Amino acid sequence: MADEGVAADDAAPATEIAEPPTMFGVPCTDERGQQVLHPSRDEYLDVLGMAAADGYELCVDVCAVDGLTNRTRAVAPGIEPERFEVVVNLLDLRGRRRLRIRTQVPADDPQVPSAVGLYPGAEAPEREAADLFGISFSEHPDPSRILMPPDWEGHPLRKDYAIGAIPVQFKAVEGR
Amino acid sequence: MSTVTAPAIHRPTDAVLRISEEAALDAAVVEDDVEAVTAEPGDGPMLINMGPQHPSTHGVLRIAMELQGETVLRSKPIIGYLHTGMEKTAEDLTFLQGPTNVTRMDYASPLFTELVFCLAVEDLLGTEIPPRATWIRMLMCELNRMSSHLLFLATNGMDLGAVGMMLYGWKEREEILRFFESVTGLRMNHNYIRPGGVAADLPDGWQDDVERILTVLPDRLEQFDTLMTGQPIWRDRTQGVGVITADEAIAMSATGPLLRSTGEAWDLRRTMPYLAYDEVDFDVVVGAYGDTFDRYSIRLNEIRESMRIVEQCLDKMPKGPYRTEDRKVTPPPRARIDESMEALIHHFKIFTEGFRVPPGETYVAVESPRGELGCYLVSDGGPKPQRVHIRAPSFVNLQSLPHLMYGGLLADAIAIISSVDPIMGEVDR
Repeated sequence: MADEGVAADDAAPATEIAEPPTMFGVPCTDERGQQVLHPSRDEYLDVLGMAAADGYELCVDVCAVDGLTNRTRAVAPGIEPERFEVVVNLLDLRGRRRLRIRTQVPADDPQVPSAVGLYPGAEAPEREAADLFGISFSEHPDPSRILMPPDWEGHPLRKDYAIGAIPVQFKAVEGR
Repeated sequence: MSTVTAPAIHRPTDAVLRISEEAALDAAVVEDDVEAVTAEPGDGPMLINMGPQHPSTHGVLRIAMELQGETVLRSKPIIGYLHTGMEKTAEDLTFLQGPTNVTRMDYASPLFTELVFCLAVEDLLGTEIPPRATWIRMLMCELNRMSSHLLFLATNGMDLGAVGMMLYGWKEREEILRFFESVTGLRMNHNYIRPGGVAADLPDGWQDDVERILTVLPDRLEQFDTLMTGQPIWRDRTQGVGVITADEAIAMSATGPLLRSTGEAWDLRRTMPYLAYDEVDFDVVVGAYGDTFDRYSIRLNEIRESMRIVEQCLDKMPKGPYRTEDRKVTPPPRARIDESMEALIHHFKIFTEGFRVPPGETYVAVESPRGELGCYLVSDGGPKPQRVHIRAPSFVNLQSLPHLMYGGLLADAIAIISSVDPIMGEVDR
């Protein structure tokens, strides 16, 4: 009987490992000790809401990543990498823990619901991500450009936006 | 899409003037937008653009303000005048060149941006740095915190009319910058903290230089206390001005002295220790009222706490290498290059191609003088980062401005901008 009991105990963790770990109902990975959640765009706000209710009261940062030249990057199993990614860093001041939320955003519809309703402090970082990556945060209270001039064309931090250069004349000026 | 409802904290966002940059320049648009508060015709609120060249905006900050007489109603900080695309530039530099770029963001405390970038790179590399490098970093960062806060005292004093402070603050800061020059070769933009350690060991006699700073400064801080802290005019100008509560500060993602002034004892050095901050003794300075005076006194007293840490760095500075011995990151010693062809090639490779960093992403944060300074770094396995994002505390803290200024006087707005201590280079990056 004792042997059977041990066998059953051994079997239980094995099946748990086979299941990808989840948190708030979405896949959760561990990046060198940092907890990362991978919700879909539909789950994004719900996950943020659950995180806020769980004590992650400070939205440290919202930023975007363009994966155009980095198709091999690791996402959680079962999550299809898209070109853009919106990365939110949350902080729990009481529990002294951090949480990162990575949401895949397709290039043909770069749109994510805004987190400003939950975290008013996400306003400026979201404007920055919208400005530099062209990702629109729906229902953002002020979707204007923040760092670039209002009439600027293009989104500079996209990978297909050239870094630009000032032409330098190496030849001697004629007549000298 | 979601059933989640917004939290009750909505006072912060109501203070923001939702107006575009162009509209802020067009009086006709403004009059339509601005709600008339008084019944008197021609006596309604008006819109003033303060800055971007106003002397008390600490660089090039523009604030579109809705004024009713001298009272500030809604406002909106307009930024971007110093934007130079440093995050884009960072994608084109190797990991070794990275600190040269990021150090130019927060020019009042450049070592912190170097530190956070290097910590992120080292996290991805999995490199352990030697203890001496850790303590040198801590020593330099705390001295930098002191110089940054001294600069704050100088500019804050001048903004509020204590013009003499401008000279005193800069003078003491210069003492620290002189030490930085002897260690790093530069007064600012040091590029001293590098992935794997620091660029050079501390010079001979560094203890004497640091001790000189530590003996001179306490008297000076006493003088600043006499000049400002106990002075009735100073108190009147700062106490009860620009009040924010802890809940509001957290909702607005405020960190650093702005958050601590509300009584929230959140200092990453204590709450999430990095480097060797768990081995030194210091106090986290907090305020009680969340006003401008609290933010001033927190910074003044943080100089004293930093001095305590610097003293302990003097006592405990370990011996040993100042950068990692990992040849993947650190070039071979200078002497080897003269006798070994391979060492020369190795040296050349590290500085031209750079070293490769394993693919992955990480977020690392440190407590800069202005708040949580974070670096989100993505590597695709190459010698250059895929994405470098700096979470700039000044940038995020600036969102609280409309809320802090709402309902206050225009003259108080100056005090409030100053008390948030934004460094525009870091705001705009």
